[in-house]
Amino acid sequence: MTAAAQTFPRPSSLIPDSLVPDSLDVDRIRKDFPILTQPVRGGRPLVYLDNAATTQKPRQVIDRIVRYYTEENANVHRGVHYLSETATDSYEKARTTVKRFINARDEKEIVFTRGTTEGINLVAQSWGRKNVGAGDEIVITAIEHHSNIVPWQMLCEEKGSRLLIAPVNDSGEVILEEFEKLLTPRTKIVSFGHASNALGTINPIRKMIALAHAAGAITLIDGAQGVPHLHVDVRDLDCDFYAFSAHKVYGPTGTGVLYGKESILDAMPPWQGGGDMILSVSFEKTTYNALPYKFEAGTPNIEGVIGMAAALDYVSAIGIDTIAAHEQDLLHYATKRLLEIDGLRIIGTAVEKASVISFVLEGVHPHDIGTILDEQGIAIRTGHHCAQPLMLRFNVPATGRASFAMYNTRDEADALVAGLHNVIEVFR
Amino acid sequence: MSDLRELYQQVILDHNKNPRNFHELPNATKSVDGYNPLCGDHYKIYVEVEGDTIKDIGFTGNGCAISKASASVMSSSLKGKTTADAHQLFDVFHKLVTGEPGSLSTAELGRLAAFSGVSEFPARVKCATLAWHTLNSALEGDKEMVSTE
Repeated sequence: MTAAAQTFPRPSSLIPDSLVPDSLDVDRIRKDFPILTQPVRGGRPLVYLDNAATTQKPRQVIDRIVRYYTEENANVHRGVHYLSETATDSYEKARTTVKRFINARDEKEIVFTRGTTEGINLVAQSWGRKNVGAGDEIVITAIEHHSNIVPWQMLCEEKGSRLLIAPVNDSGEVILEEFEKLLTPRTKIVSFGHASNALGTINPIRKMIALAHAAGAITLIDGAQGVPHLHVDVRDLDCDFYAFSAHKVYGPTGTGVLYGKESILDAMPPWQGGGDMILSVSFEKTTYNALPYKFEAGTPNIEGVIGMAAALDYVSAIGIDTIAAHEQDLLHYATKRLLEIDGLRIIGTAVEKASVISFVLEGVHPHDIGTILDEQGIAIRTGHHCAQPLMLRFNVPATGRASFAMYNTRDEADALVAGLHNVIEVFR
Repeated sequence: MSDLRELYQQVILDHNKNPRNFHELPNATKSVDGYNPLCGDHYKIYVEVEGDTIKDIGFTGNGCAISKASASVMSSSLKGKTTADAHQLFDVFHKLVTGEPGSLSTAELGRLAAFSGVSEFPARVKCATLAWHTLNSALEGDKEMVSTE
């Protein structure tokens, strides 16, 4: 029996319509997102269900970026002139916004990056090269995105260390007993996702962090799918690093955050060299800048950072718990409706899930599903979701993935179901 | 949905459901793996070449309906043809799926004409040409693996 054959989705009759009261005024929210009113594919309304890839941006974020370029644009941390001071002020205020949003202790712990991937690479290359040696071990899980696999493989190859993978059960949940068994005095760093982009599984990260610490290892959380859906308090979690991307939480692309505990960041060597990360440079000796600038070489993505702060303010104003309740309502409703389709199987049936549904349809490759849904104005992701080892674990070459954000509606879940019936019709 | 019917023509649906020459080739003179890393499609193309003649073609692997039907139609179109014929037909096929005007009529294209709808779906051109690129490598004999990226 294959791993996939052992996965039994819960019958839709057992799933309640809703688990939590949903108080989000979604009609009002949708008015904030101009792109959602744009007809696509010959006048069809856009049904955007590819939010785990990137979210759309509210007017508040777009306007903030326009205002930055209209009134504030200059390079940061350099000039003595008015605009440079204004840009620097907005840029550094964004750091405070991020600090508050994830409840970090100090602005020094907030390093701006290009995104989650760069944050993980920074830790692997800076902390990893200094602290991981031959025979040491790094632990990740079987549901990681490629960006939380490959940087560690590169480090292991360079250092002669080993990458160990904590397995998942047939629902796509990390098997905690197996995870714990991998943690030994050889474990240097344990890195795992807050939530899986491919399956939606929410990991019990507080418990996993405690287990890793008990073994003497430090922890990195890939929060790309955590921050958009879950309340994040890095001090309460006690994680050592937490990386996330702005564009998955209604902000611009090309910007993200690496949170790190100050004592750990302070002891790390710089990663990239260049302007802004130095105090003084001579050909004999260069002195590096203080945190967090030590890790921000070169002119940063100023507009992105300022836009990200606007996005986090937007989310805070609505409330992440209100957003989560709405998304959970959509997740349960859409799961129930999708399971009514003959031949549809949901991959990833964890008890704790973010609003991500990965599925396969008997006899139709996900890529064909994607094209046929697109003709109807419905955007989903199809493929391996940058998680090829996970696809292998569930014995599928690829899946279709519908992922819901705060602006999605039950009507859109219904449109997806109707769209899938049309897919079946084409392939009948 | 009319463009969709153009894309998923009966020939494509048929070859997807019942792919021809969908097996390994015990006497293959060359086999090459073809990947589309974007969507995870993967096929292995086997050829048995004698002199200039493609005596036999087979393929294994998986992917979407467009890529699988393309591999299937390609294999049945090229069996017994020369390698020069194969190169020429690839050229014609490539023009067809990218919407470039070609020199052959629908009748001359034969079963390949079923892929005419692909040109309306730029994202799917790589699906339609994956098997052809892979075969090309097998015939030129210089690589073990090709990728459409």
